[in-house]
Amino acid sequence: MKKQLLYTLFFIATIFLLTTCSKEILENNLQYKMLTPINEDLNAGDWKPILISSPKDFACPSPISTSSPDYILQINEIKSIQKEISAEELSNLKYWGAGSVLRWNEIMRELVAKYNLPPYQNPDGTYPVPNPNNPLSYPTFPFANPPYAARAYAYLSAAQYDAAITCFYYKKLYNRAAPNTMDNSIKVLLPQKKSASFPSEEATIMAASVEILKLLFPGEQDYINKKAEEHRKARLLSGLNVRSDIEAGEIIGKAIAAKFIDRARTDKAGAAVGTPSDWAALKKNCEDLGEMPWKSLESPERPPMLPLFGKVQPFLFSQATLESDIRPGPPPSTHSNKFKEECDEIYYIKQNLTREQLRIANFWADGIRTYTPPGHWNYIASNDFVTMDLSEVRWARNMALLNMSLMDAAIVCWNTKYTYFNPRPSQFDPRIKTDIGLPNFPSYISGHSTFSGAAATILGYLNPQKATEYENMAKEASISRMYGAIHFRSDCEVGLQTGNKVGSFAIERAKIDGAD
Amino acid sequence: MKYLYRFVMYTIFSNCMHAQTEIDGLMMQKNYFCVGATYGKSSFSQYWEGDLKRENANLGTVTSSNISINGNFGISKKLNFLFSVPYIWTNASAGVMDGQKGFQDISLWLKYVFFSKEIFGGDFNTIALGGYSNPISNYNPDFLPLSIGLNSKVSTARLMFDYHRKNLSITASGAFMYRSNVFLDRYSYYTTEMHYSNEVYMPNMTNFNVRVGYRTSVWIFEGIFDQMNTLGGFDIPRNGMPFVSNKMNASRIGLNLKYEAPFLDGLSFVFNANQAILGRNIGQTTSFNTGVFYIIDFSKKQK
Repeated sequence: MKKQLLYTLFFIATIFLLTTCSKEILENNLQYKMLTPINEDLNAGDWKPILISSPKDFACPSPISTSSPDYILQINEIKSIQKEISAEELSNLKYWGAGSVLRWNEIMRELVAKYNLPPYQNPDGTYPVPNPNNPLSYPTFPFANPPYAARAYAYLSAAQYDAAITCFYYKKLYNRAAPNTMDNSIKVLLPQKKSASFPSEEATIMAASVEILKLLFPGEQDYINKKAEEHRKARLLSGLNVRSDIEAGEIIGKAIAAKFIDRARTDKAGAAVGTPSDWAALKKNCEDLGEMPWKSLESPERPPMLPLFGKVQPFLFSQATLESDIRPGPPPSTHSNKFKEECDEIYYIKQNLTREQLRIANFWADGIRTYTPPGHWNYIASNDFVTMDLSEVRWARNMALLNMSLMDAAIVCWNTKYTYFNPRPSQFDPRIKTDIGLPNFPSYISGHSTFSGAAATILGYLNPQKATEYENMAKEASISRMYGAIHFRSDCEVGLQTGNKVGSFAIERAKIDGAD
Repeated sequence: MKYLYRFVMYTIFSNCMHAQTEIDGLMMQKNYFCVGATYGKSSFSQYWEGDLKRENANLGTVTSSNISINGNFGISKKLNFLFSVPYIWTNASAGVMDGQKGFQDISLWLKYVFFSKEIFGGDFNTIALGGYSNPISNYNPDFLPLSIGLNSKVSTARLMFDYHRKNLSITASGAFMYRSNVFLDRYSYYTTEMHYSNEVYMPNMTNFNVRVGYRTSVWIFEGIFDQMNTLGGFDIPRNGMPFVSNKMNASRIGLNLKYEAPFLDGLSFVFNANQAILGRNIGQTTSFNTGVFYIIDFSKKQK
């Protein structure tokens, strides 16, 4: 009897001991090493900009003399900050030390995930449209769906790139050394660079990012400002920048972001939601061609996602080129045997789905409350760029090439979807249900496939060692949509090819931008 | 002697009453094994999105059905070992989200009466329980509300006070549930912030349960109140989907019925119904369970 009591107590004690176990999670993005460029790309001021004509168009005030009383004050500011460093300050320093382009890209990914939720319907069964002028009241602005996200990442990265090369132009021009070389009592808490410290490219990237983020996530001003202040503090604490380095950087970043904001306001994305008559016309056009038109399977029926996004102005080619050279031909007719066979194939796959196939479908699903497929490829790229020890400016260039590809892939894909307005497998065969959720827009061509084809192509150019791996990832992302039972084989295969085409435009640009 | 035998059997049967739970004050005698199968169905057409009660026309009514094999073995009259193995399948009556199915989590329990005393002509018992549950298939917890479970390993410590006198009984218990982190098929997810890991921190839970019972010669009735709370977690955002680490709370009321077959000693039938009356980030479920149990006597000496 005593023994039984002991056993029971032992058992219960074990359970309580378990409660003291750490359940702390190791977040991958907090394990990144400090940015230590192999090549600092000191001539990046000569690289070809994306939107601005020349760095010279953006005035940067000349730096104050390093012997001026103002500069001495700024040196002393760093010393006083470095006197006592809290654990929190140190972890903030390490966070930002991994890279400015990287962290601001992550911040955007986080906001995309937070805002990637479709609005709830009105009492009359219609759906409200988020309003950028009233972002905080429901439905909050934006609904960061995949096209919105693709465009957001592109503006962020492109603005960061033009800002960074402008900064590098002035760094070379003014060539002011870092504060620690002026006063050796200043500690250097992040890897030292050879390039000049004025203006700070980190601050340039930060300011450009802040402006773009505020435009695209206007309800997040406080959060964005808080992150910017943490970034400034990290730069001062590092001992690598005085305040005037940061201020000059911010002036450039802000001015360049303004150019991108002007572009964003006129790129036609604002009208992408369309009107009820646009939605009706899409259906009628399809019916006039004798095809079965796409239909929302949501209840109440939700208007198709951003039907006019296909008209948005791309970065890498013109709308005319898109329609003549890139947009694929039509899918199999909804009355054809081929179409029926493809639908049967999805039904068969779904009925015989393995756990591994489900894992693949889940891994790439990137549905609501995620950073979307473009965000997924940003994460993949970031993990690899961290290991490549790039300079900030090359980070900016690579991310810009990736994200212009992803945005243009979104434009081509959406253009194709709404040209053909093709039904999903579940619409054609209501027996087909999904394990991952059904997107509310036409089937042909697959967004995941187009995004992934574009991303894998440009990443394979930027990081040739992993080219085959990227290609395989894109194929897996593509077929994951068949495992999810939400796309036909044609959607995926043609999507992948179309994405590859978009990516090759980015390669053409990369070859002549002066960075290689 | 016959009377005594019936009394012993009564005590044994009663323990089978809550097919899938361990939450009652009754014990099996030494070397008696109670085994049974239950079928249950739980459904909701409304759920709480945070505090907001809503319907979802893209789900309609969500139903989760289960078949369980349950057992309780008397190691001694003061120490019992219990187990349960459920197979679950889910379904949504509307929309295109597919139902999931599979074996869920095996539950194992040790139940020990460590203090007994006669008070006011009735029996007062204090019982300690230790439990552990572990997923027995690689099911996907990332497709709520249609996932068959949360895929967490749960360790439970429960302290129970039970008093019964004549035809009446009252049992109250409180439990602490330690839930292990859960792993998803993806390597990033958003809670109230972004996470770059496939591992999800799972908040622990508490449970409080009170039941009042009454018995006749062949019937047993029991009324139940059950309160489940998550110690942390977050709310489903507006028009979002539920997530494994949500703050899932529920208050439920329920009724148990048990019928002891007079024609065959050792055979009993159970029926249970319960209703969620208040909740957070869970469905407002109405549940029914029914089952059949039989006692196998491994102690030949006793007769």
